[in-house]
Amino acid sequence: MLSTLSTGEVFETLKMIDEEHLDVRTITMGINLLDCASANPERACNKIYDKICRRADKLVQVGEDIEKEYGIPIINKRISVTPISLVAAASDTDNYLPFAAALDRAASEVGVNFIGGFSALVHKGYTDSDRILIKSIPEALASTEKVCASVNVASTTAGINMDAIEQLGRTIKSAAELTASTGGLACAKLVVFANAVEDNPFMAGAFHGTGEPETVINVGVSGPGVVKAALTGVKGADFGVVAETIKKTAFKVTRMGQLVAQEASRRLDAPFGIVDISLAPTPEVGDSVAYILEEMGLEKCGTHGTTAALALLNDAVKKGGTMASGYVGGLSGAFIPVSEDAGMISAVQEGALSLDKLEAMTCVCSVGLDMICVPGDTPASTLSGIIADEAAIGVVNNKTTAVRIIPAPGRKVGDVVEFGGLLGTGPVMPVNKYSSEGFIARKGRIPAPMHSLKN
Amino acid sequence: MQKTNAVITVNGQDKVGIISTVSGILSKNNVNIANITQTIMQSFFTMVMMVDISEMSTDFEALTKELEIAGEDLGVQIRIQHEAIFNSMHRL
Repeated sequence: MLSTLSTGEVFETLKMIDEEHLDVRTITMGINLLDCASANPERACNKIYDKICRRADKLVQVGEDIEKEYGIPIINKRISVTPISLVAAASDTDNYLPFAAALDRAASEVGVNFIGGFSALVHKGYTDSDRILIKSIPEALASTEKVCASVNVASTTAGINMDAIEQLGRTIKSAAELTASTGGLACAKLVVFANAVEDNPFMAGAFHGTGEPETVINVGVSGPGVVKAALTGVKGADFGVVAETIKKTAFKVTRMGQLVAQEASRRLDAPFGIVDISLAPTPEVGDSVAYILEEMGLEKCGTHGTTAALALLNDAVKKGGTMASGYVGGLSGAFIPVSEDAGMISAVQEGALSLDKLEAMTCVCSVGLDMICVPGDTPASTLSGIIADEAAIGVVNNKTTAVRIIPAPGRKVGDVVEFGGLLGTGPVMPVNKYSSEGFIARKGRIPAPMHSLKN
Repeated sequence: MQKTNAVITVNGQDKVGIISTVSGILSKNNVNIANITQTIMQSFFTMVMMVDISEMSTDFEALTKELEIAGEDLGVQIRIQHEAIFNSMHRL
């Protein structure tokens, strides 16, 4: 109603957008591709390309229209598809590169910047198709621009597939080597999950799960800058006030996401799935999760107290956001990607934030070890060890965790890898110098954990 | 016909003719003004205008452009946004 909005409210919203980087981070359209399966791989690829182009042809235009009409920036328009290991399983081939190429062409044709779903779910074991897909990952990511891959290697109910974790350590190494000239960029497009969710709109880990409808619209909101600005207004107040302030801010941010999601769903004639209420930082100064933690009184992100601060932030964001949207899902929480967050980068460079502390932080926040650069000579078994640790955290705590790690070829601790754009700048972090080789070489499956006798 | 409301915000250095220019553009495009709130703080001009665009004679994008250009001539920032964005954030 016209008269009920005050000038203060109108300008509060404008200030969030203009000065505090409030935006809708992504409108992601999920598309089912199971009906594209064919014994003839060429025919399957053509069907995939055609279906994506048909379903998503208006996605970018609709996103831009909403952006103009509501005056709210919508940064990314993206697509997630059914895990390709399922779609390609029917095809007579042992090479899935043409499938990655078809996804890449379709993404370019409709104008999205990423397409996720070159994926396999192997938390309990491999199908033949999963094997082919994982084998194809390094070259698929090196030879395409927009395709993102993910592999789910563990779940709370199935345990941890250590065969897959062993293989993915090597997979990440070869993806890095194939893209050595860009600092191992292919690894920035590969996420290794435990307890992956089916409706995540954020890249690189988005895929369209088999429990999802034919098409769906999922929206990811952001706004670390808005939360930081709100906390600046309550300097020195106790944690009750801090939590309440974050909740109110998360509520406002999510309401905007809900509005955009409903509008996009209506205009694209695809059902509204979820709003993912995540605080996703960007490399822009003022759009950092680390700065929120520092605003709470930590001299530098990574020092003692950081895990507690992040736990409070993550919980308050969920509490505030949940009431603001009809359906909340995806990863919902705070992201801590190092290379995409100016405050995290600085904390690493100043020696305040280590890989071990990041691992502890992932116990209480949204995802996991994200966009972390390590030396190019890091052994594959060490990468596997890092993944196994992160998977264990997810499996035992019944939450999603993930690893997106880049062993940057030729780079050493202290070097900086430039990825550009939203992927940012990664300072190369040290890994433990002792080997995990014997542990990883055992292979097999770590059994699912107990769900009673909780202590 | 159902009302479609939009919010026009203007801010910048105060000068003669801001309201007149904006309302001229609105009148020309058959956009009805429902409410205006305007303040000047230390010669900084701030205006929030609620308008009904359901019977406008142009499209939203063209109106946005016309207001933007007028803003550039006046040295102020003029924006138009659907009201829903503000309502969704500030009203349950």
